[in-house]
Amino acid sequence: MAQVASLTLLHNDDARPIIEAIMADNPGVRVLDMPGCVKLDRDMELVVNRASVEERLGRTWDPQEIHLVLVSMAGNLDEDDDRFLVGWKH
Amino acid sequence: MTIQIKTIDLEPKRQTFGHIARRLGGDKPASRYQEATLDVQATANFHYKPLWEAEYWQYDTRKTAVVMEDWYKPLDPRQFYYAAYNIARANMNQAVERNFSFIEERGLIEKLSAEAKAQIERGLLPMRHLHWGSNMNMTEITQRGYGTAVTAPCIFSAGDHLGMAQIISRVGLELDGQTGVSLDRAKETWLGDAAWQGARKLIEDTFVERDFFQLYVAQTLAVNGVLFDMAYKHADAAWRDGAIPVAMLTEFMSDWRAEESRWSDHVVKTVASESDANKKLVSEWARLGRFARRMRRAKRPRRARVRSVCRSNRGDKHYGASRFAHASAQ
Repeated sequence: MAQVASLTLLHNDDARPIIEAIMADNPGVRVLDMPGCVKLDRDMELVVNRASVEERLGRTWDPQEIHLVLVSMAGNLDEDDDRFLVGWKH
Repeated sequence: MTIQIKTIDLEPKRQTFGHIARRLGGDKPASRYQEATLDVQATANFHYKPLWEAEYWQYDTRKTAVVMEDWYKPLDPRQFYYAAYNIARANMNQAVERNFSFIEERGLIEKLSAEAKAQIERGLLPMRHLHWGSNMNMTEITQRGYGTAVTAPCIFSAGDHLGMAQIISRVGLELDGQTGVSLDRAKETWLGDAAWQGARKLIEDTFVERDFFQLYVAQTLAVNGVLFDMAYKHADAAWRDGAIPVAMLTEFMSDWRAEESRWSDHVVKTVASESDANKKLVSEWARLGRFARRMRRAKRPRRARVRSVCRSNRGDKHYGASRFAHASAQ
């Protein structure tokens, strides 16, 4: 059984472009709406691409800004200037 | 005893306003930019038709020759609404304040050569009048334009120009020991110095432009794209030993220009690509129109001025902005 990589984000105006970017870039992502937050699950790997978020946000975005709206995560973190990735492939 | 914590998910009846949902094609959460922009301007049920320009309604798409099927197509890629705009500008202004105190503490303007001070007074300070004119133009587009998507960023831009005029004024106050005499002299330069009359005529002629999108093209492509870039990007050599302090004190303008052109270029591009007729009109206004011709006339004396002050004897006949910087560096 595949392990689940997951990000839980606040559900607010700041996080919405990130959520949309994740949904666009991760085929098969499962979205669980909860009061005040959104849990995004996907088998093995979940990625947030800087370029996709910037496109929706209309300004430059540093992947580290995700921490302002990040509630919880599952998976090993792999992070660079262009993306924020949680996954189990190591 | 076990305590079970339960959460109740209250599903909101609506995610956004009805008029936004119709735009988005469904009841989805909308960004604040979308909610503050889309279809905000009134379009119907006006009670009083204006007595002035009786052929038009208050908001009327016929106030420009370009035709858009939907004036909410040219959206702002920066997604500025009131809060986002103010937060962005407050951050930029913090940098301005820091740069001014840096320059003041070290007396970097006081220590400049008399020649550099004279150059800044004559070449930079009159720009505040150009900014004031640009403020007038953007305000005019706001009141004559159609659709909040276009008009809201225009009033932000108008505010930016007032702010930049104030920054220039503060540079003047640094030059003259906070007395304001340099600003009075710079106004005389703006009104009387032959070198500035091309730029002054250009901006004053745009004041009477009635077609709001033609005015938009003139302001963003001609005034912003040529005159401001020339003053803030290509004139470093003209300020002599003052190049670095001036670059610091006008950092706001460089940042603003890089950011605003993302929006203004996008708007011009969107309107031009709507139809062949629009493209023809916009190209005409941008390149072959009377503003561009006037612009070439406006640039000539300014370039000549900086060159003559710098005692350049080169007789080149090129009017490009890079030549301007090159010539003044001689």
